[in-house]
Amino acid sequence: MIRVNNRDEIEWQDGLTVSDLLERCRYTFAHIIVKIDGEVILPEEYDTRVIPDGAQVHVIHLIAGG
Amino acid sequence: MSKQTKTTRRVLAEYTYEPASVEKGYTGQTLYVNVSEHTIAAKPVTDVMKDKFIGGRGFGLWLLWHGVKDETRWDDPENEIVVSSGPCGGTTQYPGAGKSLVVSISPLTNVVVDSNVGGHFGPLLKFAGWDALEIQGKAEKEVIVVIDGSTGRITIEEAPDVPVDTHLVGHWLINDMAESEEDRYYMSVISAGTGAEHTRMGCLNFSLYDRKRQAPRFKQAGRGGIGTVFRDKRIKAVVVKSDPVRGDSNAPADPARISRAGIRLHKEIHGYDNEQCKMRVTGTSYLVQIMNDYDLLPVHNFRFGSHPDSPKIKREVWEDYFTQGLPDGCWYGCTLACAHAVDGYTVRTGPYQGEVVIVDGPEYETIAGVGSNCGIFDPEPILEINFYCDTYGIDTISFGTGTAFVMECYEAGVLDREKTGGLELRFGNADAAIELLHQMGQDEGFGKIAGQGIRRMKEYFVREYGADADFLNDIGMEAKGLEYSEYVTKESLAQQGGYGLTNKGPQHDEAWLIFMDQVSNLLPTFDDKAEALHYFPMFRTWFGLCGFCKLPWNDISPPDNKYTDEPAKIPEHVQNYVDLFSGVTGREIAKEDLITMSEAVYNFQRVFNIRLGYGLRDHDDVPYRSQGPVTVEEYESRTERYDKQLQEVLGLDPAKMSTEEKVAALREYREGQYEKLKDAVYERRGWTKNAVPKVETLKRLGIDFPDVVAVVQKHL
Repeated sequence: MIRVNNRDEIEWQDGLTVSDLLERCRYTFAHIIVKIDGEVILPEEYDTRVIPDGAQVHVIHLIAGG
Repeated sequence: MSKQTKTTRRVLAEYTYEPASVEKGYTGQTLYVNVSEHTIAAKPVTDVMKDKFIGGRGFGLWLLWHGVKDETRWDDPENEIVVSSGPCGGTTQYPGAGKSLVVSISPLTNVVVDSNVGGHFGPLLKFAGWDALEIQGKAEKEVIVVIDGSTGRITIEEAPDVPVDTHLVGHWLINDMAESEEDRYYMSVISAGTGAEHTRMGCLNFSLYDRKRQAPRFKQAGRGGIGTVFRDKRIKAVVVKSDPVRGDSNAPADPARISRAGIRLHKEIHGYDNEQCKMRVTGTSYLVQIMNDYDLLPVHNFRFGSHPDSPKIKREVWEDYFTQGLPDGCWYGCTLACAHAVDGYTVRTGPYQGEVVIVDGPEYETIAGVGSNCGIFDPEPILEINFYCDTYGIDTISFGTGTAFVMECYEAGVLDREKTGGLELRFGNADAAIELLHQMGQDEGFGKIAGQGIRRMKEYFVREYGADADFLNDIGMEAKGLEYSEYVTKESLAQQGGYGLTNKGPQHDEAWLIFMDQVSNLLPTFDDKAEALHYFPMFRTWFGLCGFCKLPWNDISPPDNKYTDEPAKIPEHVQNYVDLFSGVTGREIAKEDLITMSEAVYNFQRVFNIRLGYGLRDHDDVPYRSQGPVTVEEYESRTERYDKQLQEVLGLDPAKMSTEEKVAALREYREGQYEKLKDAVYERRGWTKNAVPKVETLKRLGIDFPDVVAVVQKHL
């Protein structure tokens, strides 16, 4: 199990990448910051960076309306 | 008359002056025009004004406070329209530094409204010698006001041939008023339209001359019905003209410091806009699909947050409509350039059918308001409504939210064809929505009722049709009398406060916290929410004091922003604003000062509302549609979400409850949460539980003037 944004419990699976997680959460907004256990993950790593079981993931959306 | 014009103009009053030079962002004087008494005068900008009210919205509130009485209402002659940009307004080195703020008593809310707008008027007003324009009175006959900073002459004139609808005013401006091509560059006009005079939701249009298109364009001070006040004063147009704008026209104290900040942001925009929000390509229309994906796009009067047809009005659709490759800034030097337009649009209906026009926009709020919220997922009618709203001088947000309310009333049986004069105002009926708009423009039919706004429609439907007041209050998306802007807030308590715990009403430019709260979960506690509902409204207020646009703050961010402690605040850009203010005015400030400067003005505005008979806790109530599902249909559209809350938060067993019981249980909980939020926010802001700023708060902010303290003491 991984925890997203200190709230949502997401079932972990072997090989789960950041891109997989974003798709599963339907996080389509591109202008985001992703942290795994406090470490900032760069966008170019989203497709390859695997999230470990038990990780705390933060997906901060940099959007603030019109 | 100094010039032979094609329109007849008769001067009623004239004032000559030596235009004051700008020094560190200020001219040191404001212009007072009374269209009843035909008086024109200069007023000094005092140290208190500069120190405590800064400029822009602050100057507007200060001048309005001293211009009206406690009992003044929107259509009294002493109500004013005040326009001011702010000390940084007119800067050309930094994107988004040409905004104006307009302040007046609103016909929708009966309290003060502030509305921000692009276009060239505010900066050119300053370069014509004035930090603010204060218009009072009500003309006997239709007038125009002309402020010519090149010749130092101001006139109030009768001009019977000058049109009222805005796109025609634009033609008049460049054809009749401009004496040369260059004149067009440095002239701007404020206008409204025929719809503004027949409704309470009139907007003001501020022009800019688009050199590439060789045509005038318009940005809107949309919220709160200031265009209605403008037409009630029988003003057709206010024109300003200045000498040519130069890079140093704002006479900053430290030009190099401003340039350095500007270069940093220009580089960011050039390097990263394409991979972030693509503002330069499609402006705020990028929000449509994002809001739909996160269940936040208003659909069918805010009942739902998404719709399968939303891709028909998403960003890529507008990219094809918008003319690409033009520098679409609404003030010089804005490389974020989000003010896109549709060129060569042929009007399909109404009095201007067949004309080929420029449509300014649509921006997100218009697309969502007159589009998805009304069930219209077709770009063509959205463009038609956008054009007519602007030229009639009607706010697209109030029109969209108001029409969505009408459509739900129609489908719920509150209205029928007989009551609407034959208009079948069901969701998705674009032709009926367009016809309703024409009726508002021409003061006809059901448009006369709908144009009064949701609050007055609710009263009318109850009184005349015997409608259920509770139901209308639940679904009528207005607070304080102002229609909601276009975001679904049911799942974000913080944003319910962002709309409700406001001074002017539910407009997102005070606080927009949905993603921080609902998605990123950065505000889990009441203290977190209260802090955000303190910081962000104050931070955003500051833009309106100084002449800045909000968009370059966080619709673009530097690549290393992700490594900062508070990325949602975009710390590097906050520092830019510190540099800009200090660099323009020579008044050295720290980032914390941005908040306290705004607090003074924000609290003053709250006291102003109380002075006018509003502004207390009860006036911060919001319709339940903004807090949760009103109807069984709404609940059952998101059953999994709501059932989960009943189970996990309230410990109930949804399996043993009817949907009606579940709606009621959720409602009791959510309404209780909102009351707790009020308590937390009021305490953080230094207010009583009745939302009254405490005297100690006024003292801390240095606005404990005797007449201000006297207002709050009645409620302590």
